[in-house]
Amino acid sequence: MHRTEYVLKRIAFALMTVFVAITINFLLFHALPGSAVTSALRSPHASPELRATLTHEFGLDKSLFQQYVLYLNQLFFHANMGVSFVDSVPVTATLRTALGNTIPLVFVGTFVAIVVGIVTGLLSAWRRSGVVDKVSTNSAIVFYALPTQFIGMMLILLFGAYLPTSQMRNEVENFFSDQSAWSNLVDIGRHMVLPALCLALTLFGEYTLVVRSSMLETLGEDYVLTARAKGLPQRRIVVAHALRNAMLPIATLVALSLGYIVAGAILVEIVFTWPGIGRAVYSAVLDRDYPMLQGAFLILTLSVVFFNFVADLLYFKLDPRIAQ
Amino acid sequence: MKTTEPALAEGTALEARPSARGNVVVQAVKGRPSALVGLVIVAFFVFVAVFGSVLAPYSATQQTGPVYAPPSTEHWLGTDDSGVDVLSELMVGGRTSMIVGFAAAFVAMIVGGGIGLIAGYAGGKTDGALMRVTDYFLVIPDLVLMIVIVTVFGPSRLLVILVIGLLLWTATARIVRSQVKSIRERVYVRRARSLGASHRRIVFQHVLPQVAPLLIATTVLAIAYAIFDESALAFLGVGVPGVSWGNMLEHAFERTAMTQGAWWAFVPPGLAIGLAVIGCYLMGQAIEDALNPRLRVAHLSIKSWRFRGGSAAPVAPEGSAQEPRP
Repeated sequence: MHRTEYVLKRIAFALMTVFVAITINFLLFHALPGSAVTSALRSPHASPELRATLTHEFGLDKSLFQQYVLYLNQLFFHANMGVSFVDSVPVTATLRTALGNTIPLVFVGTFVAIVVGIVTGLLSAWRRSGVVDKVSTNSAIVFYALPTQFIGMMLILLFGAYLPTSQMRNEVENFFSDQSAWSNLVDIGRHMVLPALCLALTLFGEYTLVVRSSMLETLGEDYVLTARAKGLPQRRIVVAHALRNAMLPIATLVALSLGYIVAGAILVEIVFTWPGIGRAVYSAVLDRDYPMLQGAFLILTLSVVFFNFVADLLYFKLDPRIAQ
Repeated sequence: MKTTEPALAEGTALEARPSARGNVVVQAVKGRPSALVGLVIVAFFVFVAVFGSVLAPYSATQQTGPVYAPPSTEHWLGTDDSGVDVLSELMVGGRTSMIVGFAAAFVAMIVGGGIGLIAGYAGGKTDGALMRVTDYFLVIPDLVLMIVIVTVFGPSRLLVILVIGLLLWTATARIVRSQVKSIRERVYVRRARSLGASHRRIVFQHVLPQVAPLLIATTVLAIAYAIFDESALAFLGVGVPGVSWGNMLEHAFERTAMTQGAWWAFVPPGLAIGLAVIGCYLMGQAIEDALNPRLRVAHLSIKSWRFRGGSAAPVAPEGSAQEPRP
């Protein structure tokens, strides 16, 4: 009973958030001064006729509310986010491809970060204030503090010689071209090594610190003392008793952060010219391609909302007490 | 800083409580250096921000040497892609990072502190509404929204400060709110209320002084995030115009300093940003550790702060917070 209520509540919140995000998105690009079309119209050579045509074409002669309804209608019933200012290709198509490139990168990078984070965090908590603890905690803080783009640039400086040449020349190689499935996969993997490493380096510190603090908390619990009193081997106490219970905050954190990582991979994608959604944002910013920017923002927000929702469900699954 | 010194010592002793087996004094001394290091780093960067342009050996915008000249006795940190002295750029550019960091954190402190205070003190419907708004702000990928807004309106220092500050306040608001909620129920506050003290008096005389240190801790942490976000915006070409650490990184990247082996063009600004962030982090942690044991909001920087501009948001999920949402 509580369960259904909880899930329904979370669904309602997620839907509300999506709605708010869409509205903010609309207002940002339509209602504020300096919006897309007004700046396109600022060109000194634009004749009054051109202005009138453009205004009509972009639907700016309609009221704000009418525009909003049109926008929602197009978005929901036609999955239409408009066409790019740059190449007139529908934004949805471009972003779908971009998202398909971003997701593998994010998952590989996050996976590496989680494994490294759990191992180092576990070892630091186990031997608190030992050498391992000092090294891993300090490196976690250092990597957490360095800007993502800087870590990426350092990687290129150090390993640039081993990079596929396209990334060296700072341009996008169309690596999803006609090849056999296997060599295609190898090619993608080869390109992904450094960006995924960069992402993992920027993320693992956070996981290390969280695993460590959450392990320290569970290691101080009574049931760990009981396990110790029973004479269980140290390894079993740490893994079966402490880590198991420490996984709760860790799992939620991972699910929660996934959504933001998709957005946060922007910098990694720019540095390594990874043709993902971050790169789409970057070129949209450079070209002032507002429909693309708007679409990318919406998709990134939706990914955060989605993973938030997953985190909520996961949290409930792991600890049903929260629904009371 | 004299006032925080004893607090830090006391706090670090308490911070060690989970393992509390060793000597408390030893623990305190052991825990103290990091706070001091953080303070020294931040003070150093503030000094550079204030006097950097006076002390810089060369102009930070004019060409004073060959392009990408390696470090030498003439140019200690070499020159960048247009022959500008990197050390001078670094010293002058620090001001931008510091101004944006401090100002944005200040904005976040005022907004987040205000909202947290009102929500926590008023409770009921006001609290519910304000926290709902906070929840929405938490879900927005802030780096992307910053990029969108700055792109639409065109970058300027004021806009960058406002945008970062106005997207950074949520963690502060939540932390302050849960604090205020517990302080509000303390005996001396109840007594003051029953003696007929006005809300205004209670808030400013009894609640605010109790929350202030925590507010400062979160604000110091916010400085780190703001510096981070500023450099990210600069990297996309929509940061504060002029000389800044973020722009130095961006220029070096655009002109492929990495593949030309011109590490001196981007290692100094990258490390400077990292050091400034670590400084704020260590200081914020120390203040927080010093203040929190009694208040049980341990490790707020881990549980309730976004790490890395927009890349992760370990916000305590609903229900894991100290108090259940109404």
